[in-house]
Amino acid sequence: MSNIRLEKVTKRFKDITALNDISLSIKDGEFFVLLGPTGAGKTTTLRVIAGLERQDAGSVIFDDTPVDKLMPAERDTAFVFQQYSLYPNMSVYDNLAFPLRSPMRQTPEPEIRTRVTEAAEKLRITHLLQRKTAKLSGGEMQRVSIGRAIVRKPRIFLMDEPLSNLDAKLRESLRVELKHLQKTQNSTTLFVTHDQIEALTMADRIAVLDDGEILQVGTPHDIYDRPATTVVAQLVGTPRINLLDAHIEDGALRVKNSTVQMPLPNGNTMPETLLLGIRPEDIRLGQGGEFAGKVILTEPLGVETIVHIRAGEQIFLSSVPGTAPYGVDTDIHFDVARDRLHFFRPDGVRALS
Amino acid sequence: MATIHLNQVEKKFGDQFAVKPLDMTIHDGEFIVLLGPSGCGKTTTLRMISGLEAVTSGQILFGERDVTWLHPSERDIAFVFQFFALYSHLTARENIAFPLQAQGESRDMVKKRVNEVAKMLNIEHVLNSRPGSLSGGDQQRVALARALVRRPAAFLMDEPLGALDAEFRDTMRAEIKRLHIDQHATTVYVTHDQIEAMAMGDRIVVMSNAVVQQAATPTDVYHNPANIFVARFIGSPGMNLIPARYQGGVLYFDGGSVYTVPDDWKSTLAADLGSDGRVIVGFRPEAAQVSSEGQLVAKTYANDLHGGYTMLHLELDKDQIVHIRTNRETSYNIGDLVHFDVNPTMVRFFHPETEMALTKRDNRS
Repeated sequence: MSNIRLEKVTKRFKDITALNDISLSIKDGEFFVLLGPTGAGKTTTLRVIAGLERQDAGSVIFDDTPVDKLMPAERDTAFVFQQYSLYPNMSVYDNLAFPLRSPMRQTPEPEIRTRVTEAAEKLRITHLLQRKTAKLSGGEMQRVSIGRAIVRKPRIFLMDEPLSNLDAKLRESLRVELKHLQKTQNSTTLFVTHDQIEALTMADRIAVLDDGEILQVGTPHDIYDRPATTVVAQLVGTPRINLLDAHIEDGALRVKNSTVQMPLPNGNTMPETLLLGIRPEDIRLGQGGEFAGKVILTEPLGVETIVHIRAGEQIFLSSVPGTAPYGVDTDIHFDVARDRLHFFRPDGVRALS
Repeated sequence: MATIHLNQVEKKFGDQFAVKPLDMTIHDGEFIVLLGPSGCGKTTTLRMISGLEAVTSGQILFGERDVTWLHPSERDIAFVFQFFALYSHLTARENIAFPLQAQGESRDMVKKRVNEVAKMLNIEHVLNSRPGSLSGGDQQRVALARALVRRPAAFLMDEPLGALDAEFRDTMRAEIKRLHIDQHATTVYVTHDQIEAMAMGDRIVVMSNAVVQQAATPTDVYHNPANIFVARFIGSPGMNLIPARYQGGVLYFDGGSVYTVPDDWKSTLAADLGSDGRVIVGFRPEAAQVSSEGQLVAKTYANDLHGGYTMLHLELDKDQIVHIRTNRETSYNIGDLVHFDVNPTMVRFFHPETEMALTKRDNRS
């Protein structure tokens, strides 16, 4: 496994800039996630690293050596795609063995046997080894695809939304297994997704990508607790962060069109108008709450209830553990966790705090 | 609006059951969600209610009226697929008015209804704009207004939010429910998304393999699932379901953990289980608490941040993973031993053969 670095990489397709001066460093053994909406440049980044796409400027470096001149096969990366690219008429065993039997590697059969058996065990597909892949379920096929990548022991795994085609339950369990596997193998992994839950739960570090630019790089805690922009703030967390127009008046922070106002946090220089971000779990309901509002909707999700509150003209979403005993039109009081507020300038960039 | 009765309604394609004989009452003004994986029969059920699919046998009533063999257009229903397609050459107002005009409503009536629904969805200020000049959210609201502007006996909705980005899906979910609270239109809503079902339904009808597994309120489906299928399908992740042996008031798990059964369950387990004491123990991830004195012990398999909380994945035994929801600062290394306990009021039991939930003896009538 290797350190992988992108230095000032730019990639254009005709007059569209897919990647704009991107620099990233993925550490040996790290689970690194690229998170962003469709068209952000995530897949292009993977393809540039693999050598499937040639960048227009900048450099790709594996362990201090630029690989820009190397062919894809010489870079020794392993791809896992969203669509399973398996040979339908071969057994699972032969699919797993295939990359090792390639003319470039010519691994001896006894070693192939050892590696395939090991990989199959890790992915819990030992019982499927003699089956034809055409007979497998979607989840099983994706396990085999991942297995085919791990038998190789490449320098980096490049995974392009490998869980997106699976149903919710399967996605959940494979997510956990994949993370366990990566941690126990210490494999360097670059994983691309548009699903914020996959990014938060699996990553050591996340790079949030939008429109070919990196908005933020950090641990899941960093991204969730200190989002660099409103776009990042809204991209992670369900329900989404409350984002409210606010301004400063007479030394107090006032939320537009609402009764919610509070003293300015100490020692901060704030712009006069700003966007206030409050995560739904940081809005707490109860008698002692300073602000008054009316319940306009509740969504009982079992583990928590999302309570929609109207205060003035503004709507606040609060998530409450378990079942919330509030009917529609109930008057309630609420408070916000003052130490967990997020402040953004009108242009969406996080204000210093 | 109307109460809808399904009496022994069934549907076969060839000799395959799409829906096995089904009895169901959807009350006037109720929001019912048909929930299940693809192929479970939920969409076929909806299509039989609408008349797009003929029943193989059984009877469908809207109030007193037998509609079993009526054409869809004679049933006074509004069938809603996906919300997004708007006519780009018409204004928002013309888009919303379209279904009423097609029905031949008077101009005054059309105007009144469009204004009402626009007010509810907060889109009065965009009524004279064309869809192309609206934000994505307002376009969706206009589409929703058009879908819901009529006042039929029932709204039938087939995964209407399926094609939306996550960003709009949650918003539209709330808008539809708010609209329902205002209008109380009888609604049957089909989805495979359990979160959507929980958030929206007055009641959820969980289907699998052409059979209704449970019909109950979201809270009931979540806390008191009728069987293992429902326990696993609802929740994210689903309920922890772990095989154990019951003996002398204690549960024994593979891997060595034990758990003292709450007193109010003992007589039930003693009576309802086979002589080997085999049982499936169920509890939700938030029903477990990490505690150094916890009776159960398991090895850390993975743990991950979900934003506001951390999910711990623990290995009670080989391939026996338990999920525990815990505070966001919790973090263990793979292999670390973790002790935990399960809240005695939140533990559930299922029969290993029938897979049905056991019912507490004191609660039986």
